[in-house]
Amino acid sequence: MSAEPFADVPREPGSAKPDSILIADSVRRSFGGLVAVDVSHMEVQRNSITALIGPNGAGKTTFFNLLTGFDEPDTGTWHFNGHSMSGASPYKAARRGMVRTFQLTKSLNRMTVLENMRLGATGQSGERLWAAPFKFLWREEEAEITRRADELLARFRLDHMRDEFGGSLSGGQRKLLELARVLMGKPEMVMLDEPMAGVNPALKQSLLAHVKGLKDEGHTVLFVEHDMDMVHEIADWVIVMAEGQIIAEGPPAFIGANQEVIDAYLGAHQHADLGLGA
Amino acid sequence: MSQILSNGLYGAIGVTAIAYCLAAIGLNIHFGYTGLLNFGQAGFALVGGYAVAMPVMNWQWSIWATIPVVIIASTVFALLLGIPTLRLRSDYLAIVTIAAAEILRLLVSTPKLDNVTGASDGINSFTNDIQNSIPGFLRGRSVPLWEKQISEYEMWVIMLGWFLVVVFSLAVWALMRSPWGRVVRSIREDEDAARSLGKNVFAYKMTSLILGGIVGGFGGAILVIGQRNASPGSFQTQFTFLTYAIVVLGGVGKVKGPIIGAMIFWFIISFSDSLLADWTDRTGFQLPTWVMDSSNFSFFRWILVGGGLVLLVIFRPQGIFGNRKEQVFDVR
Repeated sequence: MSAEPFADVPREPGSAKPDSILIADSVRRSFGGLVAVDVSHMEVQRNSITALIGPNGAGKTTFFNLLTGFDEPDTGTWHFNGHSMSGASPYKAARRGMVRTFQLTKSLNRMTVLENMRLGATGQSGERLWAAPFKFLWREEEAEITRRADELLARFRLDHMRDEFGGSLSGGQRKLLELARVLMGKPEMVMLDEPMAGVNPALKQSLLAHVKGLKDEGHTVLFVEHDMDMVHEIADWVIVMAEGQIIAEGPPAFIGANQEVIDAYLGAHQHADLGLGA
Repeated sequence: MSQILSNGLYGAIGVTAIAYCLAAIGLNIHFGYTGLLNFGQAGFALVGGYAVAMPVMNWQWSIWATIPVVIIASTVFALLLGIPTLRLRSDYLAIVTIAAAEILRLLVSTPKLDNVTGASDGINSFTNDIQNSIPGFLRGRSVPLWEKQISEYEMWVIMLGWFLVVVFSLAVWALMRSPWGRVVRSIREDEDAARSLGKNVFAYKMTSLILGGIVGGFGGAILVIGQRNASPGSFQTQFTFLTYAIVVLGGVGKVKGPIIGAMIFWFIISFSDSLLADWTDRTGFQLPTWVMDSSNFSFFRWILVGGGLVLLVIFRPQGIFGNRKEQVFDVR
């Protein structure tokens, strides 16, 4: 992957990026005495793939939850595209263009795959109560949404499951559906929480290709991941968290050789194969 | 026997069945489509019932002018319940609604409010406008339902009631096939998923609570008009539980569910009531008195109904109209 936008970016925690889409400052969240997240500064480069890694309990998912409004921080501000998003509720974050997926997939079990997809489209006029009973008001829009949904389903090879219930999909297919559903909303930034968890190796390759494809289409991707192969293969930039703080930043190869990162991981997993043997 | 069957049919289409059917249509919006655990549907029905009776009795309003009162009062009640609880986990709504319904019932039965609510006797003689509006073709005769005679007043209320059932069912059908209905169902499945896709979950849940509450309010209104009496005894917690039984019987989250559920439920109740009365009345066939006698058969009937519901849940959990395939993926 080319990393030109990152050529002049200092390889240190909290470094400034040339064109940041997301900027977070002094975000702190504690649960009782435990400080889960304490990020003093973080920037995410627009139209890049940024990986957020770290040992278990580093606060990655909590940080994700804070940024997307699913949890409230003790202190902290963050801006997305120049708009302050601090304290915004999840649906507002999503409407601004930051759409997330979940570590445990949330496919809507008793709705068909197609309905799952249609739900992902934002700003539908038929979702307003006064317009809902009158089909002629939203028929055309619905047809357009369905066309896009079918396109995405074909791209994610889920078209044969179109009319099946979400609950009948396999774990890997659910990951694909969740990603495809997110794209229905045309988000500027896609935030993936462990997209590879529980996905078999064959599907992993196609999922990797899909995530890469997001960048080519102009999306920004921020993902939390344990799978170092994936990080190596697709990330332009890696942010490492440990004990709630950002301890290192840099391109994947630099991170693999970083002593602090290795210490942070080895502290928790003495014998873990990090796959970072650069 | 035809007398007993007639009583069963009368139960299936009568005022009580209609009232419970409307309450069930409302509860189906809450529970069946949105996944809201409203255990206070009796409260909404009470609000609707008293919204009709009180203005007529206390301020001599026309009963037709109370229709907007039913809507406004149900909306206010839904807002009071929803604002503090809909942001919390669904269990909290269950606790708050069941308590609020009981508070309301006890409030209207307080002797101190006797001159406003009629306390435990309730309000009578507020139905003159309904009596006067009976159309010519019904006047002066009773309508036979096989061997059962239905009075002109009751027939008129039954017609008005089924009209409401049709109108509200069509509205539910139109709403639930729309993108609005899709959002509501996604909230039932997983509200965090709906949030992450940019849906204002709180607003949708509140709207659903209000809409279902209004339909439930009209259920209470039909009940008090049919009984010509609005009293707290009609709105005990069992009102809510029977409404749940009807929704489950007909099929959760199906438009036809509450209608079929209410008709079958009240057919069974009325039919078994007449049948057991006949079998314990010392003429013709008679059950041995150690099984049951005329003083306790009505309790026995509820035992049979309860047993039947248990069997239904075990062998056909999706209800009569439900989709077995959907049931497999039930997450609740």
